[in-house]
Amino acid sequence: MNARVHSIETFGTVDGPGIRFVLFLQGCALQCQYCHNRDTWNLAGGKVMTIDEVLNEIEPYLSYYRSSNGGLTVTGGEPTLQAPFVTELFREVKKRWNLHTTLDTNGVNDVNKLKELYEVTDLVLLDIKHIDNKKHMDLTAVSNARTLETARWLSENGKRMWIRHVFVPTKCDDEQDLLDLGRFIGSLNGVEKFELLPYHQMGTFKWEELGLDYPLAGVASPTDQEIERAVQLIEKGRQDKNKDTGKDTNKIYPSVS
Amino acid sequence: MSVAEKDLKAAEAVQPWRGFVTGKWGREVNVNDFIEQNIAPYHGDESFLQGATQNTKQLWDIVSQLSKEERERGGVWDVDVNTPSSIVSHQPGYLDKEKEKVVGVQTDAPFRRAIQPFGGIKMMIDACKAYGFEMPQEVIDIFTNIRKTHNQGVFDAYTSDMRLARKSGVITGLPDAYGRGRIIGDYRRPALYGVDFLIKQKKQDLLNLELDALDQDTIRDREETSEQIRALGELKHLAEMHGFDMSKPAMNATEAFQWLYFAYLAAIKEQNGAAMSLGRVSSFLDIYIERDLKEGTLTEEEAQELVDHFVMKLRIVKFLRTPDYNELFSGDPTWVTESIGGMAMNGTTRVTKNSFRFLHTLFNLGPAPEPNLTVLWSEQLPEAFKKYCAKASIETSSIQYENDDLMRPFFGDDYGIACCVSAMRIGKQMQFFGARANLAKALLYAINGGKDEKLGIQVGPELPPITSEYLNYDEVMKRFKQMMEWLAKLYMNTLNVIHYMHDKYAYERIEMALHDREILRTMACGIAGLSVAADSLSAIKHAKVKPIRNEQGIAIDFEVEGEYPCYGNNDDRVDGIAIELVESFMNMIRKHKAYRNALPTQSVLTITSNVVYGKKTGTTPDGRKAGEPFAPGANPMHGRDKKGALASLNSVAKLPYEHSLDGISNTFSIVPKALGKDMDGRTSNLVAMMDGYFGRGAHHLNVNVFDREQLMDAMEHPENYPQLTIRVSGYAVNFIKLTREQQMDVINRTFHGSM
Repeated sequence: MNARVHSIETFGTVDGPGIRFVLFLQGCALQCQYCHNRDTWNLAGGKVMTIDEVLNEIEPYLSYYRSSNGGLTVTGGEPTLQAPFVTELFREVKKRWNLHTTLDTNGVNDVNKLKELYEVTDLVLLDIKHIDNKKHMDLTAVSNARTLETARWLSENGKRMWIRHVFVPTKCDDEQDLLDLGRFIGSLNGVEKFELLPYHQMGTFKWEELGLDYPLAGVASPTDQEIERAVQLIEKGRQDKNKDTGKDTNKIYPSVS
Repeated sequence: MSVAEKDLKAAEAVQPWRGFVTGKWGREVNVNDFIEQNIAPYHGDESFLQGATQNTKQLWDIVSQLSKEERERGGVWDVDVNTPSSIVSHQPGYLDKEKEKVVGVQTDAPFRRAIQPFGGIKMMIDACKAYGFEMPQEVIDIFTNIRKTHNQGVFDAYTSDMRLARKSGVITGLPDAYGRGRIIGDYRRPALYGVDFLIKQKKQDLLNLELDALDQDTIRDREETSEQIRALGELKHLAEMHGFDMSKPAMNATEAFQWLYFAYLAAIKEQNGAAMSLGRVSSFLDIYIERDLKEGTLTEEEAQELVDHFVMKLRIVKFLRTPDYNELFSGDPTWVTESIGGMAMNGTTRVTKNSFRFLHTLFNLGPAPEPNLTVLWSEQLPEAFKKYCAKASIETSSIQYENDDLMRPFFGDDYGIACCVSAMRIGKQMQFFGARANLAKALLYAINGGKDEKLGIQVGPELPPITSEYLNYDEVMKRFKQMMEWLAKLYMNTLNVIHYMHDKYAYERIEMALHDREILRTMACGIAGLSVAADSLSAIKHAKVKPIRNEQGIAIDFEVEGEYPCYGNNDDRVDGIAIELVESFMNMIRKHKAYRNALPTQSVLTITSNVVYGKKTGTTPDGRKAGEPFAPGANPMHGRDKKGALASLNSVAKLPYEHSLDGISNTFSIVPKALGKDMDGRTSNLVAMMDGYFGRGAHHLNVNVFDREQLMDAMEHPENYPQLTIRVSGYAVNFIKLTREQQMDVINRTFHGSM
């Protein structure tokens, strides 16, 4: 089985716990305006690799991943576009090395077709680009219905997840949206962490390299106060929801990274 | 009865060795045995540590003010141009006599530099001139016409080949105009035994050297031993000038720190060596602190104060050096390397509370490049200590790590690091520092038939140049090996000349007085440009490389067609080439006889000379343009490691230490965010990373954690970053003391995790 691979990173520390091998797969169906890996969109790009080739790339570093309680993270692009490959890869690293597996996804693919993949996934990093469907479409060119469905399915099926939200000033700072996002998170089980990722312009050069206009040109990174406000609003929404349902409110802490 | 008992106790109370477990060390000089019998290994965390006292803060303010003035005066605060430095040449100087717990500076005032002309008078004249001072003619005359210097001796004996190799830069950084350094006296001995005991031992050595036939070696040994005895006498005098009697052992921790420091001070007053390293003193001193704590004569706060004041003195060690020298070793380094931690041969740890206290100075006094704090890393180190080290690295970028599990089988459990990465048994081993040969340039010589690509003249042997349109790997490799053979021989002979003359004209009397009589000497060769040479050969082998030749037929540029594997991606196709170069050059060095039967070794280390080496080397087949810096030490070339930090680390870890016993340096820089999301995550990730790296047999790692933007800002606003410290190949520097060129080199290097 083959996959189209964008690149690999042997020392990933932000996409899941511990030190991780991060496999960036090629291809994405979303068109996020702030995408900092614009060069991963093209479904026909990247380097073709077999399962064995990827496993051979992981093996030399196992001692690092084990001693840090890390593992393998597959991201992209959107890894679920190559779900059969990822499923097989996860199955194989578990069988061979009992390695922890993490999937970083936007959740837009039909969750009902991905059950096998989620079965061998220990942790899901679920990106919710926007809680408001219309704004989600503006930002990414697709609807968020499937993403929210994925979140609910993971919640109902006892999967562990970290919810992530890229916070873009002018696009995501509406008070009601932030409260709604918090309420949605509060309605889910299995959320171990919520991460607010402040928007940055570091991916701009990749758009330029591809000869494309950067859609968010002129949008600044959020200030510390803007971030703090967003975190508080989301947390307020989450706590409100928890109060409604009587859930433990201290279970997760939002973090900014 | 009770009266007698009381008297006994009183008598015991004035015994310097009271309360210590006795052993072999009581009958002969054996500091390691003393440590083994008396050390209190510490497995706890840092919660016992105390902050800086009021006195410490005030003293550090004085140092900070002097540092500021020194910068404003162009890098040198003052020079005593009249008094050639010796152990007893200057009256005592103080920061603030009332507040200092450890006293003594190199001249009669802190920051006032001394002239040290025994290595070479020219360097002293030039250094004075460069900073706006002038040496009196009579001092110049003495060291030109009456007292010969090391530098003069070397140039009297250099052959024409040696001069040419030096000029072209195929061998560079040789200690032929300055002190060689890299010798660690066992500065703990005077504290434990008192100077009189050491003199007695040396006098016995002299008697044992009354042999039937006095051959050249014995005569030299007798002269050197006599010089050592004289130096020990001067050491006592140095202490007396400050109001202390060092003839007897130290009575308590304060004296132990002071005795040890006086011994080190004597060494740096006598020698302006490239690296004047301290050894492995912290856990030795801990034994004295523990005794005082138990006896109730010292508090934890006072113990930390002692360490802070001692370290403060080590931070202000100053040598007078030329701007030229600064190009090779930038940032005014002194390499007061202190080796911390490690494990004992019996399986217990050598980590003590004092290991923590020494690292804690980075918080009490702020980050600093000196002393060069070197943690001897073992997988078996106490976890709490590992975490504290990682935390200090993340916050200060002031620590380097070396693999104790790798070195211990070679050097035992009482070795220290000289300079950056050179391990040696303390008091039992020394090295002849040999700078480095430029492998990348030697490769160009192989392609160009021994002609220098920059000077256009014949430097290497006149072999047939390679004339094919595309370079053929086997042909290039064959020629390269011939060129390396030539280089190894010339290099060894050059070092023999240098060290013969250094022993003759600038012998390290006090440092060698703090060694055993019978010692192991190593001839520490080195290589630069390893990654450039390996990548070049990989390009020739795996891609197509077409030389562009000038009218003289010298390849001055290369066209590379296609992709090739680069060193730093854990790819055996090229890493294997790097390994082969290290092994084969070492074996070539081993063929040649070294001065004083020294054991040949080599390092893969450049210090900051990777910039100068690059400047002196033409375009190479890997695509590096003429004049561009090499990667430092054993680092992969910047930007060529594409698979992230671990792939890069694993490539370096493959280099064979047994063929590079003088050390393999690797500098690792990462942005904080790429190390983890919060302090806990970063700390444990760094610990896991080092366990993994060293577990694979790697030797050394410099750890830098900061953002590129911060460095850029420091370039523009140096005044805001007086203590910004970064690790470079094997040592640390104040970033703002680097030349602009070197600052750019640091910024341009690979920062893991920056997008």
